Amino acid sequence: MSNGNSISADSMTGMLIEHRTSNSNGADRLFRWTVTAAGIFVLVSLSAAALSMLWGGREAFQTFGWKFFTTTDWDPVQHKFGALVAIYGTLVTALIAMIIAVPVSLGIAIFLTEAAPRWMRTPIASAIELLAGIPSIIYGMWGLFVLAPKLSENIYPWINDHLGKLPLAGPLFTGPPLGLGMLSAGLVLGIMVIPFISSVMREVFLTVPARLKESAYALGSTTWEVVWDVVLPYTRSAVIGGIFLGLGRALGETMAVTFVLGNAHELSASLLMPGNSIAATIANEFTEADSSVYLSSLIALGFVLFIVTFIVLAIAKLMLMRLQRREGK
Amino acid sequence: MAAVDRLYAKRRFKNMLALTLAWTATAFGLFWLVWILWTTVTMGIAHLDWALFTKMTPPPGDSGGLLNAFFGSAMMSLLAIAMGTPIGIAAGTFLAEYVNHSKIGTVIRFVNDILLSAPSIVLGLFVYTLVVKTMGHFSALAGAIALGFIVLPVVVRTTDEMLRLVPSQMREAALSLGVPQWKVTTQILYRASMSGILTGVLLALARISGETAPLLFTALNNQYWSTNILQPMANVPVVIFQYAMSPYDAWQSLAWAGAFIVTMFVLLLSLFARLVLLRNRVGND
Repeated sequence: MSNGNSISADSMTGMLIEHRTSNSNGADRLFRWTVTAAGIFVLVSLSAAALSMLWGGREAFQTFGWKFFTTTDWDPVQHKFGALVAIYGTLVTALIAMIIAVPVSLGIAIFLTEAAPRWMRTPIASAIELLAGIPSIIYGMWGLFVLAPKLSENIYPWINDHLGKLPLAGPLFTGPPLGLGMLSAGLVLGIMVIPFISSVMREVFLTVPARLKESAYALGSTTWEVVWDVVLPYTRSAVIGGIFLGLGRALGETMAVTFVLGNAHELSASLLMPGNSIAATIANEFTEADSSVYLSSLIALGFVLFIVTFIVLAIAKLMLMRLQRREGK
Repeated sequence: MAAVDRLYAKRRFKNMLALTLAWTATAFGLFWLVWILWTTVTMGIAHLDWALFTKMTPPPGDSGGLLNAFFGSAMMSLLAIAMGTPIGIAAGTFLAEYVNHSKIGTVIRFVNDILLSAPSIVLGLFVYTLVVKTMGHFSALAGAIALGFIVLPVVVRTTDEMLRLVPSQMREAALSLGVPQWKVTTQILYRASMSGILTGVLLALARISGETAPLLFTALNNQYWSTNILQPMANVPVVIFQYAMSPYDAWQSLAWAGAFIVTMFVLLLSLFARLVLLRNRVGND
């Protein structure tokens, strides 16, 4: 009897344990499924974004074909849409932004990692990062109401008089000093991406092993030689990655550019003239799009922007991963 | 000897020049920061008054406040956080705890990083085709979903990073006691990385507070007080955009006041987020 009892007690405990394990097995599986679904959701949302815009823009692509990319017409009345002006404006403003932001960011990163006295480094790094926190619409308002009048009164007339007479680049810098236009938009964009690029550069500069730099200093190198011959070669791919990250930002930035670009659908050689960019066109005209082909053209523009920024950001990420991989070894 | 001296002088000159340029670059960056903040603060304070928080957005040329816009922004931001945070934490958990070193983990991290820096206007268009077209009209819900897609990658990234910072001994100790994985994650790992994840959520909130572009195609705007999330709703960034671009003085003043409030909110929030992280780090040591 007692034997039987103990058996049943044993089997009871066994069942209890089994019950608990199967229960937690079930909970474990549910948890696993939930987090997996969330992971897949992230994966799917990016491709869904691309596909939905391709779908939304299909009418424009079907109607205009390749001409969508090569014509400069933007005529809502006659339903003729070409993306060339917007694509040109996006590329030119982003290029101007990079010409300003890359050297400045490099300088800031060198300052924050090598040149500045130690007590200055953290406060100035945080101050520069504040720039990244300011909403882009604030940059736009400041650009329109404060920067543009200053440029048109003081800077652009000077550029007109001096740079406008250059033999080859002259036409780039001649035009009415409106204050709004490609150059202003490029400048505002440049200021906006400085904190992004400089913080990536600063972070990767900090990963350079101290013994490498110390060896160079011990051989009598100057600070500049350490930066140019040790730090930069070691971090080259990540620095390029950081620059592409900034480029991705500059290409897709909307509100700041919308304020200062001037919203003109005309291709002009001068950087002082108003122009348009993909993002600014969409932001300005989306609520006014009154025909389906108009709306579809705007979404198609969005698709183009998505593909371009995707490629740029993918390059950035791959470049940044190269340094991480070497670090891991 | 003279040649060596010349070389030395040249090297020192190059070094001086480079360091001077580095100082100049930093001064250049700080110059814009100070100028932009100065403009925002002086223009904002000049147009600040109580009506801002007590009155609705006015018709063209009239004076008024931004009450409905503040309400709409708060509502949409909270909804976006409520949608983006759970999915983001779950996806971050998946990355750090289930597929940390596998191919699929690398792919999802890659995609998430692209989502993180993708132009917000693109996400707005995506939600437009997904939600607004399906529903047939603009709505605050669509705006919140668009903002949610901006919150998502930020939370995924911080959760992933913070969970990977938790020492693996903690996991091993708990698992060896027979604690099931889901309990290890929710009761041990989440507690250990709580302040880090909270920082991520706060930074995401700071990021969507000033976000304008995606709301143009989703929530649109509403001149009146509305609490219906299935209808267009006023929100601060779009109001600032419309009012700043308008020719009316009263509207432009409101835009400056709104810009000031949004900037201060965003900057204080990101400062606070950093403090949360810092306090915890000090506490751990």
